[in-house]
Amino acid sequence: MKSIAIIGGGVAGLEAATNLSRMGFSVTVIEEKDQPGGKLNQWHALFPNRRPAAEVLASLKNHAKLGINMMLNTRVENIEKNDDGFALALNHNRMITAHAVLLATGFELFDASKKEEYGYGIYDNVITSVDLEQAFEKGIIKTAEGKIPKKIGFIHCVGSRDEKAGNPHCSKVCCITGVKQAIELKERIPDSEIFMFYMDLRMFGRHFEELYKEAQVKHHIQFIRGRLSEAFENQDNTVMIKIEDTLLAKPLKMNLDLLVLLVGMQPSRGIDKILHDLEVEKDADGFLKQADSQLTPSKTNVPGVFAVGTVTGPKTIGETISDARAVTLEIANYLHNKVASKILKNESYFI
Amino acid sequence: MIEFGYSLQANRQIDMDLNNLRMLKYIRNNEPSIDWCMSCGTCASGCTAAANCDLSLRRMILMVRRGEEAEIHDLVFRCRFCGKCLNACPRGVNTRNVIYWMQQAVININAL
Ligand SMILES: Cc1cc2nc3c(=O)[nH]c(=O)nc-3n(C[C@H](O)[C@H](O)[C@H](O)COP(=O)(O)OP(=O)(O)OC[C@H]3O[C@@H](n4cnc5c(N)ncnc54)[C@H](O)[C@@H]3O)c2cc1C
Ligand code: SF4
Ligand code: SF4
Ligand code: SF4
Repeated sequence: MKSIAIIGGGVAGLEAATNLSRMGFSVTVIEEKDQPGGKLNQWHALFPNRRPAAEVLASLKNHAKLGINMMLNTRVENIEKNDDGFALALNHNRMITAHAVLLATGFELFDASKKEEYGYGIYDNVITSVDLEQAFEKGIIKTAEGKIPKKIGFIHCVGSRDEKAGNPHCSKVCCITGVKQAIELKERIPDSEIFMFYMDLRMFGRHFEELYKEAQVKHHIQFIRGRLSEAFENQDNTVMIKIEDTLLAKPLKMNLDLLVLLVGMQPSRGIDKILHDLEVEKDADGFLKQADSQLTPSKTNVPGVFAVGTVTGPKTIGETISDARAVTLEIANYLHNKVASKILKNESYFI
Repeated sequence: MIEFGYSLQANRQIDMDLNNLRMLKYIRNNEPSIDWCMSCGTCASGCTAAANCDLSLRRMILMVRRGEEAEIHDLVFRCRFCGKCLNACPRGVNTRNVIYWMQQAVININAL
Protein backbone atom coordinates (compact mmCIF):
# COMPACT_ATOMS: atom_id res chain seq x y z
CA MET A 1 0.00 0.00 0.00
CA LYS A 2 1.34 3.42 -0.96
CA SER A 3 1.79 5.80 1.93
CA ILE A 4 1.66 9.55 2.30
CA ALA A 5 3.01 11.70 5.12
CA ILE A 6 1.07 14.93 5.56
CA ILE A 7 2.88 17.58 7.57
CA GLY A 8 0.33 19.88 9.20
CA GLY A 9 -3.17 19.00 10.37
CA GLY A 10 -5.06 22.22 9.65
CA VAL A 11 -7.95 22.57 7.23
CA ALA A 12 -5.71 21.62 4.31
CA GLY A 13 -4.05 18.64 5.99
CA LEU A 14 -7.29 17.22 7.40
CA GLU A 15 -9.23 17.47 4.16
CA ALA A 16 -6.41 15.99 2.08
CA ALA A 17 -5.98 13.18 4.63
CA THR A 18 -9.67 12.27 4.48
CA ASN A 19 -9.73 12.11 0.71
CA LEU A 20 -6.43 10.26 0.30
CA SER A 21 -7.48 7.74 2.90
CA ARG A 22 -10.81 7.19 1.17
CA MET A 23 -8.88 6.52 -2.05
CA GLY A 24 -7.12 3.68 -0.28
CA PHE A 25 -3.77 5.19 0.57
CA SER A 26 -2.11 4.85 3.94
CA VAL A 27 -2.10 8.31 5.47
CA THR A 28 -0.17 9.76 8.41
CA VAL A 29 -0.78 13.31 9.60
CA ILE A 30 2.04 14.94 11.54
CA GLU A 31 0.74 17.83 13.65
CA GLU A 32 2.95 19.77 16.03
CA LYS A 33 0.10 21.02 18.22
CA ASP A 34 -1.94 18.93 20.64
CA GLN A 35 -5.01 19.15 18.43
CA PRO A 36 -5.71 19.28 14.70
CA GLY A 37 -7.60 22.11 12.98
CA GLY A 38 -4.93 24.82 12.74
CA LYS A 39 -6.15 28.40 12.83
CA LEU A 40 -9.74 27.27 12.64
CA ASN A 41 -9.48 26.61 16.38
CA GLN A 42 -9.10 30.35 16.90
CA TRP A 43 -12.06 31.66 14.85
CA HIS A 44 -15.52 32.20 16.26
CA ALA A 45 -17.69 32.65 13.17
CA LEU A 46 -16.70 32.45 9.52
CA PHE A 47 -17.19 34.95 6.73
CA PRO A 48 -19.28 35.51 4.77
CA ASN A 49 -22.17 33.54 6.25
CA ARG A 50 -21.14 33.76 9.92
CA ARG A 51 -21.30 30.02 10.36
CA PRO A 52 -19.74 28.87 13.66
CA ALA A 53 -16.14 27.84 13.01
CA ALA A 54 -16.58 24.99 15.49
CA GLU A 55 -19.15 23.40 13.20
CA VAL A 56 -16.76 23.29 10.24
CA LEU A 57 -13.94 22.09 12.47
CA ALA A 58 -16.06 19.29 13.93
CA SER A 59 -17.02 18.12 10.46
CA LEU A 60 -13.41 18.11 9.22
CA LYS A 61 -12.21 16.24 12.30
CA ASN A 62 -15.04 13.78 12.09
CA HIS A 63 -14.27 12.92 8.47
CA ALA A 64 -10.61 12.46 9.29
CA LYS A 65 -11.29 10.00 12.09
CA LEU A 66 -11.31 6.74 10.19
CA GLY A 67 -8.18 5.04 8.93
CA ILE A 68 -5.83 7.97 9.39
CA ASN A 69 -2.78 7.80 11.58
CA MET A 70 -2.95 11.14 13.41
CA MET A 71 0.28 11.98 15.22
CA LEU A 72 -0.24 14.97 17.51
CA ASN A 73 2.49 16.86 19.38
CA THR A 74 4.78 15.62 16.66
CA ARG A 75 7.60 17.40 14.92
CA VAL A 76 9.69 16.41 11.96
CA GLU A 77 13.36 16.50 12.92
CA ASN A 78 14.82 15.40 9.63
CA ILE A 79 13.74 14.14 6.22
CA GLU A 80 15.73 12.05 3.79
CA LYS A 81 14.82 11.27 0.23
CA ASN A 82 15.67 7.78 -1.00
CA ASP A 83 14.88 5.59 -4.00
CA ASP A 84 11.61 4.46 -2.59
CA GLY A 85 10.37 7.79 -1.26
CA PHE A 86 11.06 9.55 2.01
CA ALA A 87 12.24 8.68 5.52
CA LEU A 88 11.03 11.08 8.21
CA ALA A 89 12.70 11.24 11.59
CA LEU A 90 10.25 12.53 14.21
CA ASN A 91 10.68 13.74 17.77
CA HIS A 92 10.97 11.06 20.51
CA ASN A 93 13.15 9.02 18.14
CA ARG A 94 10.32 7.86 15.96
CA MET A 95 10.68 7.17 12.28
CA ILE A 96 8.20 6.80 9.45
CA THR A 97 8.53 6.27 5.73
CA ALA A 98 6.29 7.54 2.95
CA HIS A 99 6.09 7.38 -0.82
CA ALA A 100 4.98 11.00 -1.02
CA VAL A 101 5.10 14.01 1.29
CA LEU A 102 2.39 16.63 1.47
CA LEU A 103 3.28 19.99 3.01
CA ALA A 104 0.19 21.44 4.71
CA THR A 105 1.90 23.63 7.27
CA GLY A 106 -0.28 26.66 6.64
CA PHE A 107 0.54 30.26 7.45
CA GLU A 108 1.75 32.32 10.36
CA LEU A 109 -0.24 35.24 11.73
CA PHE A 110 1.53 38.56 11.49
CA ASP A 111 2.80 39.58 14.93
CA ALA A 112 1.15 43.00 15.36
CA SER A 113 3.66 44.11 18.00
CA LYS A 114 6.19 44.34 15.18
CA LYS A 115 4.35 47.42 14.00
CA GLU A 116 5.24 49.20 17.20
CA GLU A 117 3.77 52.50 15.96
CA TYR A 118 0.27 51.01 16.25
CA GLY A 119 0.80 50.26 19.93
CA TYR A 120 -0.19 46.61 20.12
CA GLY A 121 1.12 45.22 23.38
CA ILE A 122 1.85 48.79 24.52
CA TYR A 123 -1.53 50.54 24.60
CA ASP A 124 -4.29 48.77 26.51
CA ASN A 125 -7.06 49.28 23.99
CA VAL A 126 -5.33 48.12 20.85
CA ILE A 127 -6.23 44.54 19.95
CA THR A 128 -5.98 42.32 16.87
CA SER A 129 -8.71 40.68 14.81
CA VAL A 130 -7.60 37.38 16.36
CA ASP A 131 -8.15 38.77 19.88
CA LEU A 132 -11.56 39.98 18.76
CA GLU A 133 -12.53 36.52 17.45
CA GLN A 134 -11.66 35.15 20.86
CA ALA A 135 -13.66 37.88 22.59
CA PHE A 136 -16.66 36.93 20.43
CA GLU A 137 -16.12 33.32 21.41
CA LYS A 138 -16.21 34.27 25.09
CA GLY A 139 -19.08 36.66 24.46
CA ILE A 140 -17.41 39.58 26.23
CA ILE A 141 -16.56 42.77 24.37
CA LYS A 142 -15.03 45.29 26.78
CA THR A 143 -12.28 47.85 26.82
CA ALA A 144 -9.32 47.29 29.13
CA GLU A 145 -11.17 49.39 31.72
CA GLY A 146 -14.16 47.07 31.57
CA LYS A 147 -16.37 49.51 29.67
CA ILE A 148 -18.44 48.81 26.61
CA PRO A 149 -16.62 50.37 23.64
CA LYS A 150 -18.71 52.94 21.77
CA LYS A 151 -16.25 54.16 19.17
CA ILE A 152 -14.31 51.44 17.43
CA GLY A 153 -11.83 51.65 14.58
CA PHE A 154 -10.45 48.88 12.38
CA ILE A 155 -7.09 49.20 10.63
CA HIS A 156 -6.76 47.16 7.45
CA CYS A 157 -3.54 45.69 6.01
CA VAL A 158 -1.64 45.36 9.30
CA GLY A 159 1.53 43.53 8.31
CA SER A 160 0.29 43.03 4.76
CA ARG A 161 1.08 45.10 1.66
CA ASP A 162 3.91 46.42 3.76
CA GLU A 163 7.37 45.80 2.40
CA LYS A 164 9.01 47.15 5.50
CA ALA A 165 7.15 44.56 7.53
CA GLY A 166 8.50 41.95 5.12
CA ASN A 167 5.14 41.18 3.54
CA PRO A 168 4.54 42.74 0.14
CA HIS A 169 1.50 40.53 -0.52
CA CYS A 170 -2.18 41.07 0.18
CA SER A 171 -3.44 38.58 2.78
CA LYS A 172 -6.77 38.44 1.03
CA VAL A 173 -8.97 37.44 3.98
CA CYS A 174 -8.58 40.43 6.31
CA CYS A 175 -10.82 42.92 4.46
CA ILE A 176 -13.78 40.59 4.61
CA THR A 177 -12.88 39.48 8.15
CA GLY A 178 -12.97 43.15 9.19
CA VAL A 179 -16.35 43.76 7.59
CA LYS A 180 -17.75 40.63 9.24
CA GLN A 181 -16.36 41.61 12.64
CA ALA A 182 -17.64 45.18 12.34
CA ILE A 183 -21.14 43.86 11.72
CA GLU A 184 -20.85 41.45 14.64
CA LEU A 185 -19.76 44.31 16.91
CA LYS A 186 -22.56 46.57 15.75
CA GLU A 187 -25.10 43.83 16.43
CA ARG A 188 -23.76 43.37 19.93
CA ILE A 189 -23.35 47.09 20.65
CA PRO A 190 -26.07 48.80 18.58
CA ASP A 191 -25.23 52.33 19.74
CA SER A 192 -21.57 52.01 18.80
CA GLU A 193 -19.94 53.87 15.92
CA ILE A 194 -17.57 51.89 13.77
CA PHE A 195 -14.96 53.12 11.31
CA MET A 196 -12.89 51.08 8.88
CA PHE A 197 -9.57 52.52 7.69
CA TYR A 198 -8.56 50.83 4.46
CA MET A 199 -6.33 51.27 1.42
CA ASP A 200 -8.47 49.21 -0.96
CA LEU A 201 -11.44 47.08 -0.09
CA ARG A 202 -10.83 43.66 -1.54
CA MET A 203 -14.23 42.01 -1.59
CA PHE A 204 -13.18 39.31 -4.02
CA GLY A 205 -15.35 36.41 -2.96
CA ARG A 206 -18.91 35.42 -3.54
CA HIS A 207 -21.32 37.35 -1.26
CA PHE A 208 -18.48 39.58 0.02
CA GLU A 209 -19.55 42.75 -1.80
CA GLU A 210 -23.06 42.23 -0.46
CA LEU A 211 -21.69 42.03 3.08
CA TYR A 212 -19.80 45.28 2.52
CA LYS A 213 -23.01 46.97 1.39
CA GLU A 214 -24.88 45.50 4.35
CA ALA A 215 -22.24 47.00 6.66
CA GLN A 216 -22.85 50.43 5.11
CA VAL A 217 -26.60 50.36 4.70
CA LYS A 218 -27.87 48.32 7.60
CA HIS A 219 -25.20 49.06 10.18
CA HIS A 220 -24.01 52.54 9.14
CA ILE A 221 -20.38 51.52 9.38
CA GLN A 222 -18.11 54.21 7.92
CA PHE A 223 -15.35 53.37 5.46
CA ILE A 224 -12.50 55.87 5.40
CA ARG A 225 -9.72 55.40 2.90
CA GLY A 226 -6.31 56.01 4.40
CA ARG A 227 -3.48 54.20 6.13
CA LEU A 228 -2.57 54.86 9.73
CA SER A 229 0.97 55.96 10.39
CA GLU A 230 0.80 55.85 14.18
CA ALA A 231 -1.61 55.63 17.08
CA PHE A 232 -1.36 57.51 20.39
CA GLU A 233 -2.70 56.71 23.82
CA ASN A 234 -4.67 59.40 25.65
CA GLN A 235 -4.62 59.79 29.42
CA ASP A 236 -7.96 58.06 29.72
CA ASN A 237 -6.56 55.09 27.75
CA THR A 238 -8.57 55.87 24.63
CA VAL A 239 -6.57 55.72 21.43
CA MET A 240 -6.05 58.71 19.19
CA ILE A 241 -5.48 58.13 15.54
CA LYS A 242 -4.56 60.51 12.77
CA ILE A 243 -4.80 59.51 9.17
CA GLU A 244 -5.27 61.13 5.83
CA ASP A 245 -8.78 60.77 4.49
CA THR A 246 -7.37 60.20 1.03
CA LEU A 247 -10.71 60.50 -0.79
CA LEU A 248 -11.15 63.99 0.64
CA ALA A 249 -7.41 64.73 0.66
CA LYS A 250 -7.59 66.02 4.22
CA PRO A 251 -6.04 64.98 7.51
CA LEU A 252 -8.47 63.34 9.92
CA LYS A 253 -8.25 62.77 13.64
CA MET A 254 -10.37 60.84 16.08
CA ASN A 255 -10.35 59.17 19.48
CA LEU A 256 -11.39 55.56 19.77
CA ASP A 257 -12.36 53.36 22.70
CA LEU A 258 -10.98 50.34 20.89
CA LEU A 259 -8.64 49.95 17.94
CA VAL A 260 -8.68 46.62 16.10
CA LEU A 261 -5.73 45.65 13.90
CA LEU A 262 -6.62 43.36 11.01
CA VAL A 263 -3.54 41.15 11.00
CA GLY A 264 -2.60 39.27 7.88
CA MET A 265 -1.04 35.99 6.89
CA GLN A 266 2.64 35.50 6.35
CA PRO A 267 4.72 32.54 5.28
CA SER A 268 5.45 30.24 8.15
CA ARG A 269 9.10 30.39 9.15
CA GLY A 270 9.03 27.22 11.23
CA ILE A 271 9.35 24.92 8.23
CA ASP A 272 12.65 26.11 6.86
CA LYS A 273 14.51 22.99 8.02
CA ILE A 274 11.95 20.73 6.31
CA LEU A 275 12.21 22.75 3.10
CA HIS A 276 15.96 22.61 3.29
CA ASP A 277 16.02 18.82 3.74
CA LEU A 278 13.61 18.33 0.86
CA GLU A 279 15.20 21.01 -1.33
CA VAL A 280 11.80 22.58 -1.82
CA GLU A 281 11.94 26.16 -3.08
CA LYS A 282 10.09 29.25 -1.96
CA ASP A 283 9.00 32.19 -4.08
CA ALA A 284 10.19 35.73 -3.47
CA ASP A 285 7.18 36.37 -1.21
CA GLY A 286 8.22 33.50 1.07
CA PHE A 287 5.33 31.17 0.27
CA LEU A 288 6.21 27.89 -1.47
CA LYS A 289 6.94 27.91 -5.15
CA GLN A 290 4.34 26.12 -7.23
CA ALA A 291 5.66 24.01 -10.11
CA ASP A 292 3.09 25.69 -12.35
CA SER A 293 0.72 28.10 -10.67
CA GLN A 294 -1.97 27.60 -13.32
CA LEU A 295 -1.75 23.92 -14.26
CA THR A 296 -0.16 22.12 -11.32
CA PRO A 297 -0.52 24.49 -8.37
CA SER A 298 -0.03 21.81 -5.74
CA LYS A 299 3.25 20.40 -7.05
CA THR A 300 6.51 21.74 -5.68
CA ASN A 301 9.80 21.72 -7.54
CA VAL A 302 10.60 18.28 -6.04
CA PRO A 303 8.89 15.15 -7.45
CA GLY A 304 6.92 13.43 -4.71
CA VAL A 305 6.61 16.55 -2.57
CA PHE A 306 3.29 18.37 -2.76
CA ALA A 307 1.93 21.48 -1.12
CA VAL A 308 -1.61 22.37 -0.15
CA GLY A 309 -3.51 25.20 1.51
CA THR A 310 -2.08 28.48 2.72
CA VAL A 311 1.50 27.21 2.54
CA THR A 312 1.29 28.33 -1.10
CA GLY A 313 -0.27 31.71 -0.31
CA PRO A 314 -3.35 33.25 1.35
CA LYS A 315 -6.57 31.29 0.88
CA THR A 316 -10.03 31.14 2.40
CA ILE A 317 -11.28 27.92 3.94
CA GLY A 318 -13.36 27.16 0.86
CA GLU A 319 -10.35 27.63 -1.38
CA THR A 320 -8.24 25.51 0.95
CA ILE A 321 -10.78 22.69 0.77
CA SER A 322 -10.83 22.80 -3.05
CA ASP A 323 -7.06 22.82 -3.06
CA ALA A 324 -6.98 19.82 -0.73
CA ARG A 325 -9.27 17.85 -3.01
CA ALA A 326 -7.18 18.80 -6.03
CA VAL A 327 -3.92 17.72 -4.42
CA THR A 328 -5.47 14.35 -3.69
CA LEU A 329 -5.78 13.69 -7.40
CA GLU A 330 -2.31 15.02 -8.06
CA ILE A 331 -0.81 12.65 -5.48
CA ALA A 332 -2.84 9.69 -6.67
CA ASN A 333 -1.67 10.27 -10.25
CA TYR A 334 1.88 10.56 -9.10
CA LEU A 335 1.84 7.36 -7.06
CA HIS A 336 0.08 5.36 -9.79
CA ASN A 337 2.40 6.66 -12.46
CA LYS A 338 5.38 5.89 -10.31
CA VAL A 339 4.33 2.27 -10.23
CA ALA A 340 3.65 2.28 -13.95
CA SER A 341 6.93 3.90 -14.83
CA LYS A 342 8.85 1.43 -12.69
CA ILE A 343 7.23 -1.41 -14.57
CA LEU A 344 8.35 0.21 -17.81
CA LYS A 345 11.82 0.53 -16.28
CA ASN A 346 11.65 4.21 -16.81
CA GLU A 347 13.85 5.93 -14.29
CA SER A 348 12.26 9.36 -14.40
CA TYR A 349 8.98 10.07 -12.72
CA PHE A 350 5.99 11.11 -14.73
CA ILE A 351 5.68 14.78 -13.94
CA MET B 1 7.11 94.25 11.52
CA ILE B 2 9.34 91.89 9.62
CA GLU B 3 7.45 89.94 6.96
CA PHE B 4 8.63 86.33 7.12
CA GLY B 5 6.38 85.14 4.34
CA TYR B 6 4.32 82.85 6.58
CA SER B 7 0.60 83.07 7.05
CA LEU B 8 -1.90 81.17 9.15
CA GLN B 9 -4.31 78.97 7.34
CA ALA B 10 -7.62 77.72 8.64
CA ASN B 11 -7.36 74.28 10.21
CA ARG B 12 -8.08 71.75 7.47
CA GLN B 13 -8.16 68.75 9.76
CA ILE B 14 -11.32 66.70 9.98
CA ASP B 15 -11.97 66.26 13.68
CA MET B 16 -14.32 63.32 14.03
CA ASP B 17 -14.70 63.92 17.77
CA LEU B 18 -16.03 67.45 17.33
CA ASN B 19 -17.94 66.88 14.14
CA ASN B 20 -21.62 66.20 14.33
CA LEU B 21 -23.27 63.68 12.04
CA ARG B 22 -26.73 65.30 12.27
CA MET B 23 -26.81 66.08 8.54
CA LEU B 24 -26.09 62.47 7.66
CA LYS B 25 -28.84 61.28 9.98
CA TYR B 26 -31.34 63.80 8.60
CA ILE B 27 -30.60 62.96 4.95
CA ARG B 28 -30.59 59.24 5.67
CA ASN B 29 -34.04 59.54 7.25
CA ASN B 30 -35.40 61.23 4.16
CA GLU B 31 -33.35 59.45 1.51
CA PRO B 32 -31.81 56.23 2.82
CA SER B 33 -29.99 55.51 -0.44
CA ILE B 34 -27.24 57.93 0.64
CA ASP B 35 -25.84 54.92 2.51
CA TRP B 36 -25.49 52.95 -0.72
CA CYS B 37 -22.72 55.23 -1.99
CA MET B 38 -19.34 53.52 -2.44
CA SER B 39 -17.37 56.64 -3.40
CA CYS B 40 -16.67 55.54 -6.97
CA GLY B 41 -17.05 58.99 -8.50
CA THR B 42 -19.11 57.98 -11.53
CA CYS B 43 -21.63 60.69 -10.63
CA ALA B 44 -19.01 63.42 -10.59
CA SER B 45 -17.26 62.26 -13.75
CA GLY B 46 -20.27 63.04 -15.87
CA CYS B 47 -21.72 65.92 -13.88
CA THR B 48 -22.88 68.77 -16.10
CA ALA B 49 -21.90 71.38 -13.51
CA ALA B 50 -18.53 69.93 -12.51
CA ALA B 51 -16.64 71.44 -15.42
CA ASN B 52 -17.33 74.91 -14.08
CA CYS B 53 -17.22 74.46 -10.33
CA ASP B 54 -16.07 72.09 -7.59
CA LEU B 55 -19.34 70.19 -7.44
CA SER B 56 -18.83 66.49 -6.82
CA LEU B 57 -21.58 64.41 -5.32
CA ARG B 58 -19.01 61.82 -4.28
CA ARG B 59 -17.11 64.39 -2.24
CA MET B 60 -20.28 65.93 -0.82
CA ILE B 61 -21.53 62.58 0.41
CA LEU B 62 -18.17 61.98 2.08
CA MET B 63 -18.27 65.40 3.71
CA VAL B 64 -21.72 64.67 5.05
CA ARG B 65 -20.47 61.32 6.34
CA ARG B 66 -17.58 63.02 8.14
CA GLY B 67 -19.75 65.86 9.45
CA GLU B 68 -17.84 68.53 7.50
CA GLU B 69 -20.93 70.71 7.28
CA ALA B 70 -19.36 73.98 6.21
CA GLU B 71 -17.79 72.36 3.17
CA ILE B 72 -21.02 71.70 1.34
CA HIS B 73 -22.88 74.95 2.20
CA ASP B 74 -22.29 76.64 -1.13
CA LEU B 75 -21.43 73.71 -3.33
CA VAL B 76 -24.68 71.87 -2.90
CA PHE B 77 -26.58 74.74 -4.53
CA ARG B 78 -24.51 74.47 -7.72
CA CYS B 79 -26.40 71.37 -8.77
CA ARG B 80 -28.73 71.83 -11.74
CA PHE B 81 -30.79 68.74 -10.97
CA CYS B 82 -30.21 67.54 -14.50
CA GLY B 83 -30.17 63.94 -13.29
CA LYS B 84 -27.17 62.67 -15.25
CA CYS B 85 -25.67 61.30 -12.08
CA LEU B 86 -28.90 59.47 -11.34
CA ASN B 87 -28.51 57.47 -14.54
CA ALA B 88 -24.82 56.92 -13.94
CA CYS B 89 -24.66 55.71 -10.35
CA PRO B 90 -23.85 51.97 -10.33
CA ARG B 91 -25.34 51.46 -6.90
CA GLY B 92 -28.58 53.17 -7.77
CA VAL B 93 -28.26 55.98 -5.26
CA ASN B 94 -31.18 58.37 -5.71
CA THR B 95 -28.70 61.15 -6.31
CA ARG B 96 -31.10 64.02 -7.02
CA ASN B 97 -33.05 63.25 -3.90
CA VAL B 98 -29.85 63.05 -1.88
CA ILE B 99 -28.82 66.48 -3.16
CA TYR B 100 -32.28 67.91 -2.51
CA TRP B 101 -32.14 66.72 1.10
CA MET B 102 -28.59 68.01 1.42
CA GLN B 103 -29.90 71.42 0.44
CA GLN B 104 -32.73 71.10 2.95
CA ALA B 105 -30.19 70.11 5.60
CA VAL B 106 -28.12 73.21 4.87
CA ILE B 107 -31.19 75.46 4.92
CA ASN B 108 -32.56 73.97 8.12
CA ILE B 109 -29.24 73.33 9.81
CA ASN B 110 -30.24 74.95 13.07
CA ALA B 111 -33.32 72.81 13.35
CA LEU B 112 -31.52 69.49 12.84
C1 LIG C 1 -7.88 36.68 11.11
C2 LIG C 1 -8.28 35.59 10.14
C3 LIG C 1 -9.61 35.20 10.06
C4 LIG C 1 -10.02 34.22 9.15
N1 LIG C 1 -11.34 33.92 9.03
C5 LIG C 1 -11.74 33.09 8.04
C6 LIG C 1 -13.14 32.90 7.78
O1 LIG C 1 -13.99 33.43 8.49
N2 LIG C 1 -13.50 32.12 6.71
C7 LIG C 1 -12.58 31.54 5.88
O2 LIG C 1 -12.95 30.91 4.91
N3 LIG C 1 -11.25 31.68 6.14
C8 LIG C 1 -10.82 32.45 7.18
N4 LIG C 1 -9.47 32.63 7.38
C9 LIG C 1 -8.52 31.83 6.58
C10 LIG C 1 -8.33 30.44 7.22
O3 LIG C 1 -7.83 30.60 8.52
C11 LIG C 1 -7.37 29.63 6.35
O4 LIG C 1 -7.95 29.45 5.07
C12 LIG C 1 -7.08 28.23 6.92
O5 LIG C 1 -6.68 28.31 8.26
C13 LIG C 1 -5.99 27.57 6.09
O6 LIG C 1 -5.75 26.29 6.56
P1 LIG C 1 -4.31 25.61 6.44
O7 LIG C 1 -4.48 24.20 6.81
O8 LIG C 1 -3.70 25.94 5.12
O9 LIG C 1 -3.37 26.37 7.51
P2 LIG C 1 -3.40 26.47 9.11
O10 LIG C 1 -4.75 26.75 9.60
O11 LIG C 1 -2.31 27.44 9.42
O12 LIG C 1 -2.96 25.01 9.60
C14 LIG C 1 -1.63 24.57 9.53
C15 LIG C 1 -1.41 23.44 10.51
O13 LIG C 1 -0.09 22.94 10.34
C16 LIG C 1 0.53 22.79 11.61
N5 LIG C 1 1.97 22.94 11.41
C17 LIG C 1 2.64 24.04 10.98
N6 LIG C 1 3.96 23.80 10.90
C18 LIG C 1 4.14 22.51 11.29
C19 LIG C 1 5.28 21.67 11.40
N7 LIG C 1 6.50 22.10 11.11
N8 LIG C 1 5.09 20.39 11.82
C20 LIG C 1 3.85 19.94 12.13
N9 LIG C 1 2.73 20.69 12.03
C21 LIG C 1 2.88 21.95 11.61
C22 LIG C 1 -0.08 23.89 12.46
O14 LIG C 1 0.04 23.62 13.83
C23 LIG C 1 -1.53 23.88 11.96
O15 LIG C 1 -2.31 22.95 12.67
C24 LIG C 1 -9.05 33.59 8.31
C25 LIG C 1 -7.70 33.94 8.44
C26 LIG C 1 -7.30 34.95 9.31
C27 LIG C 1 -5.88 35.34 9.37
S1 SF4 D 1 -7.38 41.65 2.27
FE1 SF4 D 1 -7.67 43.83 2.60
S2 SF4 D 1 -6.84 44.21 4.68
FE2 SF4 D 1 -6.02 42.23 3.97
S3 SF4 D 1 -4.06 42.72 3.05
FE3 SF4 D 1 -5.57 42.66 1.39
S4 SF4 D 1 -6.28 44.77 1.17
FE4 SF4 D 1 -5.21 44.62 3.15
S1 SF4 E 1 -28.01 66.33 -10.96
FE1 SF4 E 1 -26.55 67.80 -10.11
S2 SF4 E 1 -24.84 66.54 -9.36
FE2 SF4 E 1 -26.06 65.26 -10.75
S3 SF4 E 1 -25.05 65.45 -12.73
FE3 SF4 E 1 -26.69 66.99 -12.65
S4 SF4 E 1 -25.70 68.82 -11.88
FE4 SF4 E 1 -24.31 67.14 -11.45
S1 SF4 F 1 -21.90 57.26 -8.58
FE1 SF4 F 1 -23.18 56.60 -6.86
S2 SF4 F 1 -21.87 55.22 -5.66
FE2 SF4 F 1 -20.53 56.34 -7.07
S3 SF4 F 1 -19.83 58.11 -5.85
FE3 SF4 F 1 -21.64 58.78 -6.99
S4 SF4 F 1 -23.36 58.42 -5.62
FE4 SF4 F 1 -21.63 57.28 -4.81
